[in-house]
Amino acid sequence: MSTNRIPSGRVLGTRRSLLTAMGAAAIGISFTACGEKPKAPAGGAEEPKLNFYNWDTYIGETTLGDFKKASGVDVNMSLFATNDELFAKLKAGNAGYDVIVPSNEFVTRMGQAGMLEALDHSKIPNVKNVDPTFLNPDYDPGRRFSMPYTWLVLGIGYRKSKVKGVPDSWKWLFDSDQYKGRIALLSESADLIRLAAKYKGHSVNNIPPELVKEIEQMLIKQKPYVKAFHDDNGQDMLVAGDVDLVLEYNGDIAQVMKDDPDLGFVVPKEGSLINSDTLCIPKGAPRPDNAHKFINYLLDAQAGAEISKTILYPTPNAAAKALMPASYRDNPVIFPAADIMSKCEYGAFEGAEKASLYEEVITRVRAA
Amino acid sequence: MEQSWKQAKGVFAAALGAPLVWLVLFFLVPLAIVWAYSFGHNEGLTQIAITGTFKNYARAIEPLYLKIFLKSAGVAALTTGLCLVIGFPVALAITFASQKAKAWLLLLIMLPFWTNLLIRTYALIAVLRNEGYINKGLEWLWNLADKVTPLAPFQPLEMMHTNFAVIVGLVYVHLPFMVLPLYSALDRLDKSLLEASLDLGAGHMRTLFKVVVPLALPGIASGVLITFIPALGAYLTPDLLGGPDSQMIANVIERQFKRANDWPFGAALSFLLMYLTFVAIAVQAVVGRKKGVRA
Repeated sequence: MSTNRIPSGRVLGTRRSLLTAMGAAAIGISFTACGEKPKAPAGGAEEPKLNFYNWDTYIGETTLGDFKKASGVDVNMSLFATNDELFAKLKAGNAGYDVIVPSNEFVTRMGQAGMLEALDHSKIPNVKNVDPTFLNPDYDPGRRFSMPYTWLVLGIGYRKSKVKGVPDSWKWLFDSDQYKGRIALLSESADLIRLAAKYKGHSVNNIPPELVKEIEQMLIKQKPYVKAFHDDNGQDMLVAGDVDLVLEYNGDIAQVMKDDPDLGFVVPKEGSLINSDTLCIPKGAPRPDNAHKFINYLLDAQAGAEISKTILYPTPNAAAKALMPASYRDNPVIFPAADIMSKCEYGAFEGAEKASLYEEVITRVRAA
Repeated sequence: MEQSWKQAKGVFAAALGAPLVWLVLFFLVPLAIVWAYSFGHNEGLTQIAITGTFKNYARAIEPLYLKIFLKSAGVAALTTGLCLVIGFPVALAITFASQKAKAWLLLLIMLPFWTNLLIRTYALIAVLRNEGYINKGLEWLWNLADKVTPLAPFQPLEMMHTNFAVIVGLVYVHLPFMVLPLYSALDRLDKSLLEASLDLGAGHMRTLFKVVVPLALPGIASGVLITFIPALGAYLTPDLLGGPDSQMIANVIERQFKRANDWPFGAALSFLLMYLTFVAIAVQAVVGRKKGVRA
């Protein structure tokens, strides 16, 4: 068997790169924030150091240096490429990470598995900057374990000149031969089944077995019209003209739309799946004080704006968003209209059996 | 005179010790753990309880997965066959090249190995895609012809995201695995046998199939084996070049270990694949022995 890692899983937009795919993440490239010597050692007895485990290119250009200037804490950042990788690595015990960035579903999963440390909100006063709609999510009630870092929503990226009107329904991806051979779907079993359920008018969660069966039949019927299942490189396929419609995240399409005005993005009228990447402290983190300090710093308005400027993902940080230019704040791709967003849901973690079941359904679809 | 290893036990142990420790520690032990997983089930989110259950294997031989196994074997067989057909003339040509050219030709065969598989696969994407080099070239020719006689607008050949692309990718990647053992078998061939065959009136083709191929059979068998096994377990190529129909068994295994987080089932699938590999090696050994008897 090939030993190469592949770029798979939910590796998002700028977080995804050939470098990560090649296993640079596994090797763990370390960046040490360079800056001047700390003026004072970090508070408490903790050494002024911090191990940050993050996605690739998912931090502001100067953020780590600025944090060092502000607090004297040296941040050592390593990279992971998928939530599965993060989970697998911490499953075997914490190797010394202080702050990690899991997505919503994995917050629940890792919280349930006892892999996360409860956050001390009194040490994170900047939580006041966070948009209140993000303060009590189902995946982490009361923000016990996690602070929101970014969020993203799945939708349809399309080439305007090749598509009739705005393809504002999941129908065009899941249940129609209109764009035969010009469709690419994300190869994430759970996402596919959940969005198909959304198309059928059901919530993305608690999908009954009959509906799963129905979705399987629909996808098998749709498969001949699908060009490929992509590993979150749908925006590249769209740009290259391989396909005209892709299931992708808003941030990914927003980035390529800057260079190609013929591209568009829509969150279908049936609603969609929201994801959120969060800041958490894994169980057994050696420097919890520094970790809280760092999380608090990332939620700062200025620091948050600096990060958004670099990574261009939607931010849940209202104070940071206010500091951003209108081209970001009013971009309907990065921040879709509120009435559509109100129909979107977080995919809940529903146990290992469910994940296994969804995987098998998609395996059957692809083998059919 | 040949010395029995028994007379130099110390040297033998010292030489064998390090690789043996390495093999046990980093190959056999992890493999044994995965093997044990295949008889267990998930308990909670992070623990695997090893209960000696055969449930995972029962699930692995359900028609759904058997079909994928069969399909993967078919793809691997086709890849191996194409590699043999393409690789044999190449190996033959290298054998008959001058000493100096030989070194260069072998280097050319091995050169792609020095590039990461992922990079090579991405390069193939750039060649095969609709806006890729092949289609760009064809479009240029088409437009040239269009100037002579008016033609319909150019339609790109759909090559990416098809089973065709997977086969191209697999053949491209595995060709050196076939050429090198073939070359080493052909290079040892006694050239005077060929001359004899030609002198005695056999044509070139007849000499090739009646003399060269039978003599090179062990080389062919080992070439087939070491092409077939990695092709059977390929997952990067079908993942990146393939379409919705191109999943192979290794893609399914990967998803069990990662997204589905079902390590026991993934382990059972992996070991089924490994048992198949043992069967292939056994078949090769039988072929080899038969050949030995005849020789």
